[in-house]
Amino acid sequence: MQFLFKTAYNDDIRFLAKTGEKVRVAIVVLFLLAAPLFLQDYYLAELGLLLVYAIAGVGLMLLTGHTGQVSFGHAGFLGIGAYAHSVLLAHGLPFIVSIFASAALAGLVGMALGRSASKMHGFYLAIATLAFGILIETLFGEWSSVTGGHMGLAVPSLQVFGMSLTEVWQQYYVDLFFALIVIAGAANLFRSPTGRSFVAVRDSELSARCLGVNVEWVKIQAFGISAAITGLAGALLAHHLTYLAPDVFGVLESLKLLLMIVVGGLGTILGAILGAIVISLLPVGISFLKGVLPAGIGQTAGLEPLLFGLIIVLVIIFEPAGLYGRWMKIRFFFETFPYYRKSSFVRQKTYLKTDRMR
Amino acid sequence: MSAPQRLSVENLSIEFGGVHAVEDVSFDVEPGETFAIIGPNGAGKSTIFNLISRLYQPTSGSIHYGEQDLLRLPAHKVVYTGIGRTFQNIELFEQATVLQNLLVGRHAHMRRNPFSDFLFWPGVRKSEIEHRAKVEDIIDLLEIAQYRDERIADLPYGARKNVELARALCAEPSLLLLDEPASGLNNEETDDISFYLEDVKHDLGITLVMVEHDMNLVGQVADRVMAINDGRLLAIGSPDEVRENPDVQRAYLGVTE
Repeated sequence: MQFLFKTAYNDDIRFLAKTGEKVRVAIVVLFLLAAPLFLQDYYLAELGLLLVYAIAGVGLMLLTGHTGQVSFGHAGFLGIGAYAHSVLLAHGLPFIVSIFASAALAGLVGMALGRSASKMHGFYLAIATLAFGILIETLFGEWSSVTGGHMGLAVPSLQVFGMSLTEVWQQYYVDLFFALIVIAGAANLFRSPTGRSFVAVRDSELSARCLGVNVEWVKIQAFGISAAITGLAGALLAHHLTYLAPDVFGVLESLKLLLMIVVGGLGTILGAILGAIVISLLPVGISFLKGVLPAGIGQTAGLEPLLFGLIIVLVIIFEPAGLYGRWMKIRFFFETFPYYRKSSFVRQKTYLKTDRMR
Repeated sequence: MSAPQRLSVENLSIEFGGVHAVEDVSFDVEPGETFAIIGPNGAGKSTIFNLISRLYQPTSGSIHYGEQDLLRLPAHKVVYTGIGRTFQNIELFEQATVLQNLLVGRHAHMRRNPFSDFLFWPGVRKSEIEHRAKVEDIIDLLEIAQYRDERIADLPYGARKNVELARALCAEPSLLLLDEPASGLNNEETDDISFYLEDVKHDLGITLVMVEHDMNLVGQVADRVMAINDGRLLAIGSPDEVRENPDVQRAYLGVTE
C-alpha cells in the first residue's frame, strides 16, 4: 500500500499523484501517439472514431454524471456540430474557425435548452430533453435548403491550414489532438470553482444555493459547456461519416451516448472514456458472435440491440458504478493485498435528506 | 470578513395554504451575541431560518441585516451579506470529499470563469491555493484534519455535523444560522459542539443564531433565548427567564392551571 506524503497544496491540485497513475497514463498516451506506426488503416479509423465518441461522452458526462442533469437529446448537439461544421466548411470557412464556430453554436443552443430546463427535475427533464432531441432530428430532415434534408449532405474533405489531410493517420491525429484537449480541459474544470459548483448542484441544490451558488445559472453553464463539447465531437464525427443524414442523430444515438456513460461509470471522466471503448468494441464482438453462433440465432434480426440492452441491465444490476467502479475495486485489491474484503466498497447508509425544497 | 450587524426581523408571517407556520414574529439579534430559538416540534423554528435564508417567501413582514433588506435578495445572494447556515438534516455534497465540500463553502469569495477554469490558467491555480489556505484554518479550528480526503458518504454522522459547520464557516459569515447543531449527537459529541461553538464565537467573533432542543446546550452557550409555539412568539429573554415562563412551560409540558 502506498501512502502519499503531501508537502504543498499543489500536491492536491496535481492530476496524477501516484507513480502508478503517471506510468499508466504515460503508456496510454504513448500508445495513442504511436498507433499509426503499427495499426492498419481500418483499426486506426476505428480508434479515431473511439476518440470522437470519448469526446462526446465527456461532454455528456459533465452534464449527467457531474451536474446530475439527465439528457436524452444529446445526439441533437452531436448533429448540430456535424451539420454546422459541414455547412460552414462548404461556405469556405477554414477548418479551425468552422469547428470552433460549430461547437459554439451547439453551446448556445445548449444554453437555451438549459435555460428552460433549469427549473425541471428528474422525469420532466428527461422528457424535455427527449423532445428536444426529436425536434432537432426533425429539423435536420425538414430544413432541406441547408441540411440537404433526407437526401443527406456531403461533408467537405478535411483541410487544416490549407493542407489536405485525407490520409487516415492524418485524420487520426486531428481527433487525438482534440480528444486530449477536451479530456484535460474537463479534468481542469473539476479542480476549479466551476466544476465544484456543478458537483454541488448535483448533490444538494439546497445547500449549494445557501453557499452562494446560482443554481439556475450553473445548470445553464453545464448545458452550454456539455453541448459545446458534444458539438465539437459532432464536427469531428462528420469527417468520419463523410455523408450526413438526419436519422444518424436520432433518439437511438442519444441513448447510445447515455448508455456509454452509464456503462463507463457516472461522475468520472475516465468512465466516459471506458464507455467509449465498450461502445466501439461492441460491434466487433457482436460480429464475432454472429460467426460463432448457429445461423438460426446468429442471423436473427435484432441481435445487436438485444446484446446492448443485456449489457446495460447486467451493469446496472451488478456494478452500478460502471467499469470505473470495477477498475477502482481491482486497484484497491492489489494496493491493499491481502486486506481486501467483499464489504470494502459496500455503501454506507445515507442519512435523511431534506426533500421538501429543491 | 465583514463586521457583524444587527439582524432585525419584524412582524414576520408565512402561510402554507391555510396554515400559519409563522405568525407576526419580531425579534432582534445583536452583533456578537448567541441567540437560541426553542419550541416544540412544528413550532416554526426551521421555517424562520428558511425565511431568513430566503428559501421561503414570507406572506408579510420584513427582515433586515444591518442596512440590507434581505427580502430584496434571491437565496443565493444571502451569503454575500454575511449570513451563513447549516441544515437540520445535513445537506453535504455526499459524493465529494470533505476538502471539496469546504472549497464549495468558499464559493462566494471565489472568482470563477468557465473558460479560464477549463484552461486552468496560472491565476486559477493561485486562487485555489489562497482559498485552500483559508479552508485549512477552518480545518484546524474544528479539528477535522483526519477526514480531509474522505468522501462524505464514508463519514459517520457526528463527523458530518462538524464538516457541515466547517463548510458554513468557510464562507466567512458574520452571522451563522445553526439548525439543530446537536440533534442526533451523543452527550460527548454535544459537549464537543458546544466547545467548538464557543471557539467560533470568541476566535471569529461570529453572531450565532441557533434552533436547538437540547436545553443544556442552550443554557451553556446562549445569551438570549426566544421560545415559539404554533408559529407565535411566547417569550424572549435570558435562558433562565424563558425556562421559568409559564407560557413556555405550558407549551412544553401541557400544564394547565
